[in-house]
Formats: sequence, C-alpha cells, structure tokens
Amino acid sequence: MYAAIVVLTAMGLLLGYALGMAAKYLKVEKDPLVDEIEAMLPGTNCGQCGLPGCPSAAQALAAHEAPVTLCPPGGKALAQQLADKLSVSVDLSGMEEEAPVYARIKEDQCNGCTRCYKVCATDAIMGANRQIHTVFTEACNGCGKCVEVCPTNGLVLVPEPPTLRTWRWSKPQAR
Amino acid sequence: MLSFLFKRRGFQGGVHPEDRKQATSHLPIQTLPLPERLYVPVQQHIGAAAQPRVQAGQKVLKGEMIAAGSGPVSAAVHAPTSGTVVAVEPHPAPHPSGLPVQTIVIEVDGEDRWTDEPEPEHALNLEPEVIAQRVAEAGVVGMGGATFPAAIKLNLGSRHTIDTLVINGSECEPYLTCDDRLMRERTQEVIDGVRIMRHALGARHTLIVVEDNKPEALAALQEHLYEMDHLEAMSVPTRYPMGSEKHMIKAVTGREIPAGKLGADIGVIVHNVGTAYAVHRAVRMRRPLVSRIVTVGGGAVQRPANLEVPLGTRVEELLAYCGGTRETPARLLMGGPMMGQIMPHAQVPVVKGTNGLIALTAAEINIDDPMPCIRCGRCVAACPCGLMPLEMASRIRSEDMDGAAAHGLMDCVACGSCSYVCPSHIPLVQYFQHAKGVLGDRREQQRRQEELKKLAQQRRARQEAEAQAKAEAAARKKAEREAAKKKRAQQAEAKETPAPAKTNDKDKAEA
Repeated sequence: MYAAIVVLTAMGLLLGYALGMAAKYLKVEKDPLVDEIEAMLPGTNCGQCGLPGCPSAAQALAAHEAPVTLCPPGGKALAQQLADKLSVSVDLSGMEEEAPVYARIKEDQCNGCTRCYKVCATDAIMGANRQIHTVFTEACNGCGKCVEVCPTNGLVLVPEPPTLRTWRWSKPQAR
Repeated sequence: MLSFLFKRRGFQGGVHPEDRKQATSHLPIQTLPLPERLYVPVQQHIGAAAQPRVQAGQKVLKGEMIAAGSGPVSAAVHAPTSGTVVAVEPHPAPHPSGLPVQTIVIEVDGEDRWTDEPEPEHALNLEPEVIAQRVAEAGVVGMGGATFPAAIKLNLGSRHTIDTLVINGSECEPYLTCDDRLMRERTQEVIDGVRIMRHALGARHTLIVVEDNKPEALAALQEHLYEMDHLEAMSVPTRYPMGSEKHMIKAVTGREIPAGKLGADIGVIVHNVGTAYAVHRAVRMRRPLVSRIVTVGGGAVQRPANLEVPLGTRVEELLAYCGGTRETPARLLMGGPMMGQIMPHAQVPVVKGTNGLIALTAAEINIDDPMPCIRCGRCVAACPCGLMPLEMASRIRSEDMDGAAAHGLMDCVACGSCSYVCPSHIPLVQYFQHAKGVLGDRREQQRRQEELKKLAQQRRARQEAEAQAKAEAAARKKAEREAAKKKRAQQAEAKETPAPAKTNDKDKAEA
C-alpha cells in the first residue's frame, strides 16, 4: 500500500511540475486585442452573432473573420466602436437602427416550467415552478434563447412601444 | 462706460420677431369656469413621473395631493378642484407625439371646496430647507415652460454660493402675455414670492428683469418696491431669446455659463415670475399649485384672452370659452410660436408648464417647403449660443452625429432663432432635436449594455459558486459515506472477533 502511495504521489508531483513548466515555456501567445474586444462586447454570450459566445466572437473579430456589425444587442454604436478599434472602414448607413426587442411572456400560455429563466443569461426572467413567469424588460437583451426553449410557444420578442421618454423627433425629409 | 452697459444689457445673436402681444396684453386675467372633467397627468415636469395616490371612485378636495413625487427629481400633483376620481388611466399627453401618459381623471362636483384652510405663515422666518420643502410639497415647477422642479433650484443655496437671484419676467416669446398680466395684476404676490426665494437662496442681489416692451409691468413692480429692499426691477432690451436662462444671465450680469454647467456654478439662479407667484402661494398661503395663467391667442382664435385655468382642463375647453376658432387652425401650439410644441389635437390637458395656447392660421405660419442650404450664414449670425447651425445640420443630414456634437450640438438651447431667419426654410431645430435624440438613445443603449454585462457576470459568478457548493457538498457526503462504511466494517470485524471488541469500544469511547 505504501508503495502505491509513494508512486502515485511521485507521479503526481512529476507530472504537475512538467505541466507547470510546459505552461510557462510552451505558452501560446494570446492576442491582447482579443481581450480588449471582448471587454467591449456585451458579455452576455447570447449567441445572436452565430458564434458560441462573446469570447469566440472577439477572436473572430480580431482575426477579421467576422464583420464588425455582427452584434445585434450592441447595435450601431458598438459597430462603430469596433470599426474604430480594428481600424476598418465600415458603411453603417446600411445597418438599420433596429428598434430593440424584448421578450414578453404570454401569460395565458405559461405553464410555469422554469425552462426559460434557466437559459436567460442576464437573469431577466423571474418565476417559480408552476407559477406564471415574467420578464424584466430592463434586464432583457432580446437574445431569444428563452423563445427557443419554451414548450408552449408562450414567449415572443416584441419591440418596446414608444413612451414619452423614448419618443424622438424624426429626421427632417432632406431635399 | 458705454461698452460696460452694452456688455451688461445684451448677448450676441438673437432675433427680433414681431411680438404680436397687443391682442392680449390689455386683457385682464379671467377665471375659466370649471369644466366637467379634469385630466391631470402624473408627469407635468422634468424628471420621474409622480406616483398616483388615489383610486377610481375616491372623493378628493381641491389641493389634495393625488400623486406623490418619486425620486430625487420629481414633483407632486394635487387635485385642481373638488370632485370624484373616475379613472387613473392613460390619456394623450400634451406632447407632439400624442402618446399616452398616466392621467388622473376627476369628475368635477362644482363646489370647488379646498382642503382645510391653513394659517398664512411668516415665511421669512422659516429656515431655507423648510421653504424648499414647502415648495416641493406644493408641486411647484418652473412656470416659464421648462417645468424643472423649483424646490431643487431653491435648495442649491446650501451647496453653491448664490450671489444673484434673477427673476425672469422677460416673456420674450411673441403672443404670450400671461407673465405681463401676472406682474401687473398680482404685483405684491409676485414680489412676496421673490422675497421668499431670495431668503431661501441667501442671494445678495435680486433683480426682476422685464423686457422694455412691457413698461406697465415694470412700473407696477417699481411702485411696490422700496429702496431698502435691495430688490431691483430692471428693464432689458426686447430681444429673443432674452428669456433663456443662459442669455438672461449674460444680459444682466455679463457672466457666461460655461458649456455643460449650470447657472448655480457661476453663482446665479434664474426663476420665472410665475414661479415666484407659485412660491408665494405655496409658502405664504400654504396652497399647492393647482392652476396657472394661460394666454390663449393666435389669429385663429375668435376672442384671445388671458385665463386662469385649473390644471388638467382640456385645450378644447379653453378654445370654446374664447368663442371657438375663426377657421381651422393650421397649427395648434402649446407655448409660444418660437419654442412651443405642436399639439396633435385639442383633447390634451393644460399642464403646469403651459404658458400659452396659440392657434395659428395658415397665413401666420411658415409652411414653405425647405430649399437647399445656400450657406448664407444668417443662422450663424442669429445663433445666440455662438454656434454654426448650418454646419451642424449638414453633419446631421449625413448621419454624423458625433461631428455635430463636436460643433457644439449640446450647447444648443433649441431657441429657433436659426430656423426663424433661414431664407431656405430649413427646419434646423428639428435636425438638432433629432440628433440630440439619437445621441441620447446611444447613451441609453451604452448604459443598458453595461448593466446587462454586470448582470451576466453576476449570473456566472452565482452559477460558479453554486457548482462549487454542490461539489463541496458531494465531497462531504462522500466522505461521510466512506466514514460510515469504515465504521460498519469495523463493527463487523468486532463482531467476528468478540474478544478485542471491548478494547475497541473502549478506545472509541475515549476518543
């Protein structure tokens, strides 16, 4: 028994040391740009860009493999910031300033299964077992993950209706 | 000496529109008969909406608080007359969009019964904080149209050194005469309000400023002021936008507010004469703000008038009282013609900031189609803020909002002088409003993204903590199971060999 303990401990220490040294000397240099870009992205890993989360989106952006307009929650403002960061010129006039959408629960269809709030990256859905759930619009980024998992199609993405606070003057018709 | 005077009495730029005040300046303030229903919005001020404190079916007395201010920048709302609350529901707001706002609908009982009569107070013995509190309780906001809660501005004396209080009686917008009539007819009340505000702010100099097209108002004020009062009523040349805070301060003190700062930062506070009157009512008489004076004017109105109107009265009632309209108004404005807001229809209520209701005929408004900019530079000469409206507009036209901001978009007070002089009829102010909206939306989105990022991080941290706790619990359980197993094994061993079992038990007991 002692032999086994000694052997395993020795192996553990040796391999650990080897791994530590490998991490130090065989380190893969990471582009610091990736971290900087990641810090700019929303960080909710919503997947609306089609990539698995913000870190991979940052990598794709740094490698110029993805357009700077990829992030719908970030909108036009983020696209402009990314274009400045990556020193690429981008024509944003084509990018529609889409009205942001928010998830809304159709209360008569909610069966209280709790699936939607488990997938929400920003804890925007509140609910309990067999209780009607509800969405905090303030915290929702409109990624739609909850819409996909709802077994009763009880979630929809809707644009927020304009209020006195969000209503804006339109641009005059240029001639 | 002359240059000193010039510096003191003027500001750069501005325009001189025909004032058209003759139609109503000779008309005394009339009290509008109570309408059948009042539509009192909970948002009549800049800041957070008030929270309704009444329910449908509840009886209210005149002056009873029906919605309480919420948050640091907000104002309470009071019942403008006695009656029954019939609903608390959304109704069209007096706003160009016509979007609904939460509104308390009151069925008027016609008795106009006040809450209990409070004792008038020796207001000048009160502490400044108490004055500000009374003003806040009365729901008083800036009555010149800006509707910023007045109590906040009266409290600034504690954080800034205010040496000058300027009372704005310039009323530089054409058509409007409500402040003129107020100064003439309720002179003593206005001056009392000014004294209370001066006391609250601890200002050394107090100036009541009147444009020189209102000599009667100036004379009335001067008649009621005495020499030892250190209160001066002065006249300034008639020039639009004299009533803008920045320009009034520049005109009477020669000081200029730096970009992005407030008057309080340079020791000057500006209040409107209407606010002074409301402060007198609130602090001296202990009565909340439940009515205001409105000039009903414009070429389309049959009999223009100055009316004292309960808040929440629909615009159509005012027009009906004035004999209706001669023709369908081409434009219905709340406020003056330079900065007033276009109303979508006449079913919107009068609110705390409604100083005028102007129904203009097609002949009075500029409905020519905009033409291309010829870069004549008239807007640059007219801009009282020293900006270049043509440059800002050309950038906004090509969606370069940051470029417009770099040209000083945020210093624009939207006075409309540039649009007024533009020979190509370009709606410059609309460009600026649009751009300010877009920039505001961007800031809002940025703020939101940051919030969401925080939420996502918190969620990840929580999930990690949960996973760790779970792993620890599992490890603990496993350890317990192992221990139990060992124990069982030992017990089994002990049973098999009973002789040393005793010692074993003894050992355990000792342990």
